[in-house]
Amino acid sequence: MQITVDGTRHEVDVEDDMPLLWVLRDELGITGVKYGCGIAQCGACTVHIDGEAVRSCQVAAADVWGDVTTIQGLGKPAALHAVQAAWIEHQVAQCGYCQSGQIMQAASLLAEVPNPTDQEIDDAMAGNLCRCGTYPRIRAAIKTAASNLRGT
Amino acid sequence: MSRLGKITRRTLLVGAVAAAGGVAFGTWRYNTPYKNPLLSGLNDGDAALTPYVLIRPDGIMLITPRSDVGQGAYHAQALMIAEELDVTLDQILTDPGRPDVAYWNQALADEASEFLAPGGGFAQGAAKTTVQAAAKFLGLQITGGSTTIPDGFDKLRMAGASARETLKLAASQQSGVAVADIRTEAGAVILPDDTSLPYTELARVAATVHVVQDVPLRAASDWKLIGKPAHRLDILAKSTGTQAYGIDLNLPAMVHATVLMNPSQGGALGKYDTAEAFKIRGVTSVVEITGGLGILADNTWRAFQGARAIEASWPKGPMPDTMEAHWQALSDSFVADAQDSRKRDDGDVDAVLAQDAMQAEFRAPYLAHAPLEPLNAVVQVDEDAAEVWTGTQIPRFIQANVARITGLPDDKVRVHAQVSGGSFGHRLEDEAVKQATEIAMQMKGTPVKLTYSREEDMLHEFPRQIAMARMRGAVRDGMVEAYDLSIAMPSVIASQMARQNQAVPGPDSQIVAGAFEQPFAIPHHRVTGYRAPELAPISSWRAVGASSHGFFYNAGLDELIHAAGADPLEERLRLCSDDVSRKVLETVGEMAGWRGPTPAPDVAHGIAFTKSFGVPCAEIVEVRQEDGGLRLTRAWVAADVGTVVDPLNFENQVAGGLIFGLGHAMFSEITYEGGVAEQENYDTFEYMRLHQCPDIMVRGLENGTRVLGVGEPPVPPAAPALASAIFALTGERLREMPFAKFVDFA
Repeated sequence: MQITVDGTRHEVDVEDDMPLLWVLRDELGITGVKYGCGIAQCGACTVHIDGEAVRSCQVAAADVWGDVTTIQGLGKPAALHAVQAAWIEHQVAQCGYCQSGQIMQAASLLAEVPNPTDQEIDDAMAGNLCRCGTYPRIRAAIKTAASNLRGT
Repeated sequence: MSRLGKITRRTLLVGAVAAAGGVAFGTWRYNTPYKNPLLSGLNDGDAALTPYVLIRPDGIMLITPRSDVGQGAYHAQALMIAEELDVTLDQILTDPGRPDVAYWNQALADEASEFLAPGGGFAQGAAKTTVQAAAKFLGLQITGGSTTIPDGFDKLRMAGASARETLKLAASQQSGVAVADIRTEAGAVILPDDTSLPYTELARVAATVHVVQDVPLRAASDWKLIGKPAHRLDILAKSTGTQAYGIDLNLPAMVHATVLMNPSQGGALGKYDTAEAFKIRGVTSVVEITGGLGILADNTWRAFQGARAIEASWPKGPMPDTMEAHWQALSDSFVADAQDSRKRDDGDVDAVLAQDAMQAEFRAPYLAHAPLEPLNAVVQVDEDAAEVWTGTQIPRFIQANVARITGLPDDKVRVHAQVSGGSFGHRLEDEAVKQATEIAMQMKGTPVKLTYSREEDMLHEFPRQIAMARMRGAVRDGMVEAYDLSIAMPSVIASQMARQNQAVPGPDSQIVAGAFEQPFAIPHHRVTGYRAPELAPISSWRAVGASSHGFFYNAGLDELIHAAGADPLEERLRLCSDDVSRKVLETVGEMAGWRGPTPAPDVAHGIAFTKSFGVPCAEIVEVRQEDGGLRLTRAWVAADVGTVVDPLNFENQVAGGLIFGLGHAMFSEITYEGGVAEQENYDTFEYMRLHQCPDIMVRGLENGTRVLGVGEPPVPPAAPALASAIFALTGERLREMPFAKFVDFA
């Protein structure tokens, strides 16, 4: 089957029910997408399909309905997305393992809600687990990114 | 040595090794007693200046042997070396180096010795101590106990200073200019005429001169990096999905594997049928390993699918059948025969509490470490060597274990330490590496990547200890008069070290850590540890013993202070016997604007204090009653680490530690039925989410004389501060975690 990831079209030979997460990680080598739970409880595997944040562990390969964007397509080290830049400004990451998913979830939120309230941030980010405890910096970084995105 | 008094053979061993490490000389000698591990494997023109600084013609590499599991250890270690080496952080690369005895953790050994003989002398009866265990720790490269900063603070700065002076000497020999007229700056030696000689260009000459020893360290007032906020070295990679973790490793010709282990922890391999597994595309083989099966496939998910398809019946492991039996075993341990230590015995507790003592019992559950990156390891076994790639806090144990399993000598096992997506103590264990090695033994020459599913990982946790405490106490004239705290738990150190084939005689400090050493001068005060038998196999979980005992100690004290009619902060200040700790308590009170436990209607403040890993840490948690339940709105933390080496990381570790303590106290537990954990993923092992996280204010104090680490100390006071606030708000005493069993959180 064919799948478009980060602007590149790929032909993959996988079972229909292989989760997108494993297509990305093991078949395409896009390891910025992380496996944490496999049951949509941690959000580490979050990617965008046509701009919508989804848990890639829950999307079967055959059901991918649009273009996939991963953390590695959202921005690059030399060309950061505003959310990634805010994550760096606020020095959010500790172990960093959940942050791909946190950033993708936040980017999706800000695309829909340019100036989110704390309640809207709470609602959007409740599915993204961080075991290191970076939540206060995540909230601050989302607000900074929102401000910067509105300003551009 | 005579000042040590009676010396047993075992204590002598520790003394001798400690001396070899530099204690007796008051300094760390880099060319003795250990060979510099960097000297093997040098290319022409490379200079290994101490085991920590490698100057090559193409760049400067700093060796950071303590593992980075998210706590920023690589950055902090590099910072300490760079401070004296005179390099900027954008001029260097870091590498964890090869596991080596040269990288042993002295601070961890010091901590172990301190419990056995406080004050530095070896007491009579020292034979009945954990000295032998400490000796085995010595020479071992372990990341843990919040020791990366205290262990490295002098050692790494000295390494940087030695390397810097050696480079100056090399420049002097090359240029003919006297060393005294040479200075260093930003990775270069500067001659009097402002000629700049980059370190990299001096490598070839530096490699030929003797490393300069015993270089005086700079005064704090001259520091350029220590104490200054700086972006973490890994922040760009960790914000762009480009950080490679162990689980991301992909080697040529690598095969994927997962394991299906007996879900009854510690049980043997039972009967199994693999027919359905081989119907899964890509599943290539199923192999027997100790206690379970290895499933091999051409991708991770297919291996998981194969494991799920196997029909198996498993013999039950050794742990008790029910949770009631676990708790009963603790309850039965409060007897003289099971007494492990009594490190605090002030006044006359028995006389004062002979009658009418207040009494309460507290419980702390098993907890999973559950870092977000599931366990994984890549192992390749060849006829004459083996290689291991994994995130670990115990690289030398891994080297020894892989050597034992493969029959190879230790020096033929190469361990490549990987960055870990969290640990909290999870990677102080190495069962996954042993299993990957057993699989790799059955397909020599092929790299085998073992990835645990989340479910296998959580089912086979070596969790935080289960623990129980009983307090008795009395108050008089509005003051706490007597406090007798007894704690029962299995020995976490014995359980952990048994898996490394190490016997640990003597008392386990972790059975009373976070309780016996608290700086409160209660007139009649006793802390007794009781050793329960091993139940579930347990391991070190962030803050170890103190993670549960900080709750016990503060919760018991909180009940006494309430009975006395005293203020929780004022009474702690009145009882406080240590100036550094007093300042921490005063500071957190100022930060929160402390006005007692109920500063406003429907708002409550709870306070707790724990000194652990040498660090006094005080926390205040604010709780409000909302329609959906209790909401944690704000929290304040003050901690004194002597010197805040890495301020941004300090703030991150402290806030993260507070959240770790709060989140588990609110929601988390592991329970066992029939020897099998009843939680296997984050839906049932719940934890704090962003919307439940309070605003957190952090202040680091620097009044202490020792430089200490802060990864663990913020964890213990969190649960009791929250419990105290909930009591102030609701009148309900929560004596058992997780609190969500008794109250609703918004």
